[in-house]
Amino acid sequence: MATEILMPALSPTMEEGTLAKWLVKEGDTVNSGDVMAEIETDKATMEFEAVDEGIIGKILIAEGTEAVKVNTAIAILVEDGEALDATPTTAAAAAAPAAVEAPAPSAAPVAASVPAAPAVDVTPDWPEGTELVQTTVREALRDAMAEEMRSDDGVFLMGEEVAEYQGAYKISQGLLDEFGAKRVIDTPITEHGFTGIAVGAAFGGLKPIVEFMTFNFALQAMDHIINSAAKTLYMSGGQMGAPMVFRGANGAAARVGAQHSQDFAAWFMQIPGLKVAMPYSASDAKGLLKSAIRDPNPVVFLENEILYGRAFDVPKLDDYTVPFGKARIWRTGTDVTIVSFGIGMQYALEAADKLAEDGISAEVIDLRTLRPMDTPAIIKSVMKTNRLVTVEEGWPQGSVGSYISSVVMQEAFDYLDAPVINCTGKDVPMPYAANLEKHALITTEEVIEAVKQVTYR
Amino acid sequence: MAARKSVKKTNVSAEELTEHYRSMLLIRRFEEKAGQLYGMGLIGGFCHLYIGQEAVVVGLESAAEEGDKRLTSYRDHGHMLACGMEAGGVMAELTGREGGLSKGKGGSMHMFSKEKHFYGGHGIVGAQVPIGAGLAFADKYKDNGRVTFTYFGDGASNQGQVYETFNMAALWELPVIFVIENNQYAMGTSQQRSSVTPDIYTRGAAFGIPGEAVDGMSVLAVKDAGERAVAHCRAGKGPYILEVKTYRYRGHSMSDPAKYRTREEVQKMREERDPIEQVRAMLLENKYATEDDLKAIDKEIKEVVNQSADFARTSPEPALEELWTDIYA
Ligand SMILES: Cc1ncc(C[n+]2csc(CCOP(=O)(O)OP(=O)(O)O)c2C)c(N)n1
Ligand SMILES: [Mg+2]
Repeated sequence: MATEILMPALSPTMEEGTLAKWLVKEGDTVNSGDVMAEIETDKATMEFEAVDEGIIGKILIAEGTEAVKVNTAIAILVEDGEALDATPTTAAAAAAPAAVEAPAPSAAPVAASVPAAPAVDVTPDWPEGTELVQTTVREALRDAMAEEMRSDDGVFLMGEEVAEYQGAYKISQGLLDEFGAKRVIDTPITEHGFTGIAVGAAFGGLKPIVEFMTFNFALQAMDHIINSAAKTLYMSGGQMGAPMVFRGANGAAARVGAQHSQDFAAWFMQIPGLKVAMPYSASDAKGLLKSAIRDPNPVVFLENEILYGRAFDVPKLDDYTVPFGKARIWRTGTDVTIVSFGIGMQYALEAADKLAEDGISAEVIDLRTLRPMDTPAIIKSVMKTNRLVTVEEGWPQGSVGSYISSVVMQEAFDYLDAPVINCTGKDVPMPYAANLEKHALITTEEVIEAVKQVTYR
Repeated sequence: MAARKSVKKTNVSAEELTEHYRSMLLIRRFEEKAGQLYGMGLIGGFCHLYIGQEAVVVGLESAAEEGDKRLTSYRDHGHMLACGMEAGGVMAELTGREGGLSKGKGGSMHMFSKEKHFYGGHGIVGAQVPIGAGLAFADKYKDNGRVTFTYFGDGASNQGQVYETFNMAALWELPVIFVIENNQYAMGTSQQRSSVTPDIYTRGAAFGIPGEAVDGMSVLAVKDAGERAVAHCRAGKGPYILEVKTYRYRGHSMSDPAKYRTREEVQKMREERDPIEQVRAMLLENKYATEDDLKAIDKEIKEVVNQSADFARTSPEPALEELWTDIYA
């Protein structure tokens, strides 16, 4: 019985890939476990193994083909004695019920909607005429570290799988090659321990970058981040502190459940002595990370797995930095202010696009850093629009948005024409099921709904 | 094929050996099917397969008694099947459906069964170790004679909380068996690159905890060691460490290209030390089973696994209200 061999999904976020190489040809016999092909995902080149035994009847997708969608038939497997061109029975995947949902919405490719250049209120982050290069957030982060490591030999990177494996999410790709094992250090799985060692190294005059594979694992190291790194400058009466960066993926990934999908922005934002950055675009990822590494204080740098593969314009400058505490206005508007940061910006910008079609003009502010926070930029905007919606992925109680609401209430109460609405993730642990996960996350529709509510439309 | 040639006559009964074969094969076929469903996009997120390590959990489960407890990391499908949790319920959890053991809310890494005394499915490396000792604490408190099998990896064995736990478990003589599943790699990091102690079990000595290294590719060796450990714990002598040397054939999770080891290394292990092949050879050598008998078992297992996959595909997605349940008791 001939069966179709389908393009496999090889990572939680993969939707398509390149069929880089066939290692079998038509007529070859394969056994379970034999490598049939090499497939490139956005993160890696993976070997694709046979599950069933049989003979390769026909190769349907030639090697070198890019953007092959998951579940496309790529070859036909026939049984011994069957004609090589036997027609396959419906492959198993095709029999899957239509109810099976595509990966979580957050994983869906969303064009980084760069709104039309706002006319006012925006100081550009780079001089006019600067050459711009489409760069992924992943590359931007790597470039930032590489540049800072070149210019300061006290800067080093440590974490799990950062060196030989090139990073679990491939952020440190190439760094071991360039800087060697002294400065790009694989640690055992022992977050509390290596974070403490990094804090000590910072006391000792170095500038550590600690990569947490994800911030879920930083919980193991919370004591050193908060009690050791954030407070020493104060406790020593200013004699010594911890100039260092804690960075890694934060927030929901796709389908990894309650312990691996959570946004800690609001937690870290609470701590005096810490600085907190949470970039959305690649240029901010680069410019802020460079600033973070130079900063004489401990900086928590919150990245996002879903954004790693997304490309944005990054200015081609020798030393591009973005200051902390300065929001970026992505889009100017008059009817409502939408404030967000990190991946929340994706929903904010999408909502603003759709709202524009309905004649609602939204001003979209990306905070970029949460501590220090550019509250003056928010106040200024609210004074103009008189309405505010905040957008974040984290939980509602004690959210970043609730802090912003209180500031706006105290400083711009008379300017508000409607109560502030905080759009957040749902108040639940992240479920695994695809349909539930979709509902647990914040959506663009919810942002639009909130804007309509505050604008009484 | 050294292992296959050196097959010895055994005094283990045909029944017992056949049962080991069946249990290990169920795990192997189940995991292969899970890999397939992942490739089809029916399973999402991380999915850590247990292929290659089957003898560890099957050997130890055969040393356990009703009421004993177990818990492990995210690499948990094998443990669940071995302690008798329904294949359909496990597979449907992997596809995130209502019929899953956690109603689709836990996923591959997080399943639990009160009935089978399976306490998870833990996603944070090392976190299950003190929790396992805590279960043993409760058993000792209740004086009920139960033991807890606390499984963790070679990578997890570097977490500080493991040693905090060793100290307390020894201090309070808790009936806990620490099972270190040393499959030689923690993601892309080989054990030599992360640890100065080649034999992890020796670290128990600092706390006066007896331990031993065990051939984790031999289900009978694992069972033997398991019985020693259980006897020690049940006699009220405190914790015991089993470092089971094993090997995972697949990548760490589905998205691991596994470039940190050679194909030959994996192939050699598969060909020479495969736990299922070893038992298969023994069954034939000792004339406990014929090729046809084994074929019949293979077929039976395939049927169970296919049914679990059908169930996992057709079970509906959880109702949306489930988003809001089980947050508080
Ligand atoms: C505290 C923590 N740090 C990092 C991770 C990411 N991570 C998941 S599994 C793993 C490797 C664990 O290896 P090991 O303990 O040997 O178990 P194995 O996967 O080999 O079964 C890592 C680093 C995690 N889940 N938790
Ligand atoms: Mg391991």
